[in-house]
Amino acid sequence: MEVVWAVGQVVALWLALVLGLIVLPSALGISLGISEAYMWVLVKTLEWATIRLQKGVKKPQPQMLQTPTAIGIIERDETPMEKEIARLHRADFEFSHIFYFCRKGFEAIVEDEVTQRFSSEELLSWNLLTRTNVNFHYISLRLTVVWVIGVIVRYCFLLPLRFTLAAIGITSMIVGTTVVGQLPNGSVKNYLSEVVHLTCSRILVRALSGTIHYHNKENRPQKGGICVANHTSPIDAIILTNDGCYAMVGQVHGGLMGIIQRATVKACPHVWFERSEIKDRHLVTKRLREHVADKSKLPILIFPEGTCINNTSVMMFKKGSFEIGGTIYPVAIKYDPQFGDAFWNSSKYNIVSYLLRIMTSWAIVCNVWYLPPMVRKEDEDAVQFANRVRSAIAHQGGLTELPWDGGLKRAKVKDTFKEEQQKNYSKMLVRNGSVG
Amino acid sequence: VSHSQITRLYSRFTSLDKGENGTLSREDFQRIPELAINPLGDRIINAFFPEGEDQVNFRGFMRTLAHFRPIEDNEKSKDQNGPEPLNSRSNKLHFAFRLYDLDKDDKISRDELLQVLRMMVGVNISDEQLGSIADRTIQEADQDGDSAISFAEFVKVLEKVDVEQKMSIRFLH
Repeated sequence: MEVVWAVGQVVALWLALVLGLIVLPSALGISLGISEAYMWVLVKTLEWATIRLQKGVKKPQPQMLQTPTAIGIIERDETPMEKEIARLHRADFEFSHIFYFCRKGFEAIVEDEVTQRFSSEELLSWNLLTRTNVNFHYISLRLTVVWVIGVIVRYCFLLPLRFTLAAIGITSMIVGTTVVGQLPNGSVKNYLSEVVHLTCSRILVRALSGTIHYHNKENRPQKGGICVANHTSPIDAIILTNDGCYAMVGQVHGGLMGIIQRATVKACPHVWFERSEIKDRHLVTKRLREHVADKSKLPILIFPEGTCINNTSVMMFKKGSFEIGGTIYPVAIKYDPQFGDAFWNSSKYNIVSYLLRIMTSWAIVCNVWYLPPMVRKEDEDAVQFANRVRSAIAHQGGLTELPWDGGLKRAKVKDTFKEEQQKNYSKMLVRNGSVG
Repeated sequence: VSHSQITRLYSRFTSLDKGENGTLSREDFQRIPELAINPLGDRIINAFFPEGEDQVNFRGFMRTLAHFRPIEDNEKSKDQNGPEPLNSRSNKLHFAFRLYDLDKDDKISRDELLQVLRMMVGVNISDEQLGSIADRTIQEADQDGDSAISFAEFVKVLEKVDVEQKMSIRFLH
């Protein structure tokens, strides 16, 4: 009996602390500086760990950390087909032509540009999480001790805290938006809906221990515009709504997600599609056009890649969103992988284990850059416009651009690409005479 | 091959192994977009699978990849009585030969050459043109007049080509 009462007291104290220190400030939009202090401690610890790791490695490493984005296993030979084959003595067909294709094939088998984007980025230095400990071995006792402390802190302290916050955040989001949804349409409703969305976003961001740096806030998306961003995880939406209200676009889900979607759409005109409707692109475009034409509606948030990519590159943008017209506000989101990996590998983890992994990482640290708005030029078609926006986002975020389609995560590549390669080779053979 | 390189290749192997059963099937290879668009992709994939089998384990994977190890200088002077390493010039040439030799009879016939050519050019060159390319190539390389290329003739044709450089993949660390 006494035990139950004591436990009850602890839980009550816990909730009071959480509400007072975290929920209330988020409602008011102020920060108490607790997370900044936490981040400072974290950064210092990880720096110390990196130094110890470097000392512990026996072999001398001449060029360790040159370019963070250029980690590769093998030296890829990027000479184009023409140069490579034409370099040979005569450019008519020779048995040795096969070497070019053979080597390209093997290079692709060992390491290719595309599939590596669908799995988590490799870290340069261990960040004291078990899950990233692939290439690093036991170094010293002190490091292991720090790691153990880290595990205890993360699982026994941070996880329950974050879980509580997430629960509070989600429930208040559902309750709040349902309540606001009962009001008649008008400016009061819009204002309250914004308040509710912002507060709940802030709570959820704190639930992930998120530290977000917003850059160029003057370029923030305006009403009646379309906001496009690169996609790494479902958390992207929360990160962006932390700083402003958007109308979201997405597929209708079941379960908890579905409840949230149904609740929020009452308060704020989000656009949720049935799966069958997504296939009907004209319907999608039509609804989006209606939304954009109404200048008093919140900016739409779209992720044109269509799927989660691992935040090292930006893949092909689907042109649908760029055909609608209106002003495009590009946003670049770059996560810092040292503190936690935000990428959702949906073929490997379902949403629940993904959220658990996020909640047991150190933190989510990211940079959000608002880029100046873009409009489609007269002589540009949707695809070129999409590529232009994509370049801007990639350039700002320090990501590489890939011409491949994110859909390759699940689907096979189209035969047209192979046919293109074949065409190129044939052109070479025929061009250099001696055909018949 | 160093320990860290083997570890990386193993993690590559496991990331390709979607079925997580310790072996790769042909579909696993075809999921690599850059390989799928390679005109000779199917032949290359075939090289991994021994006769009649549909699965390759890590050992087989490494064996086939070993053909592409660059030839180290100090290896050239190693003992002559041991078995020849997989990445010797001769074995690299043999590997390429097998890519042409579809029925594995140790000869590249005109038909086989035609089939491989067809894979490389797709639909862009007519049968007659392709036929004459094949004829000319065989004529130039064929020394014993049997209208097919044996391995020895193959080696002779390529004696001036820097096979080591063309058929090698270097690791960055």
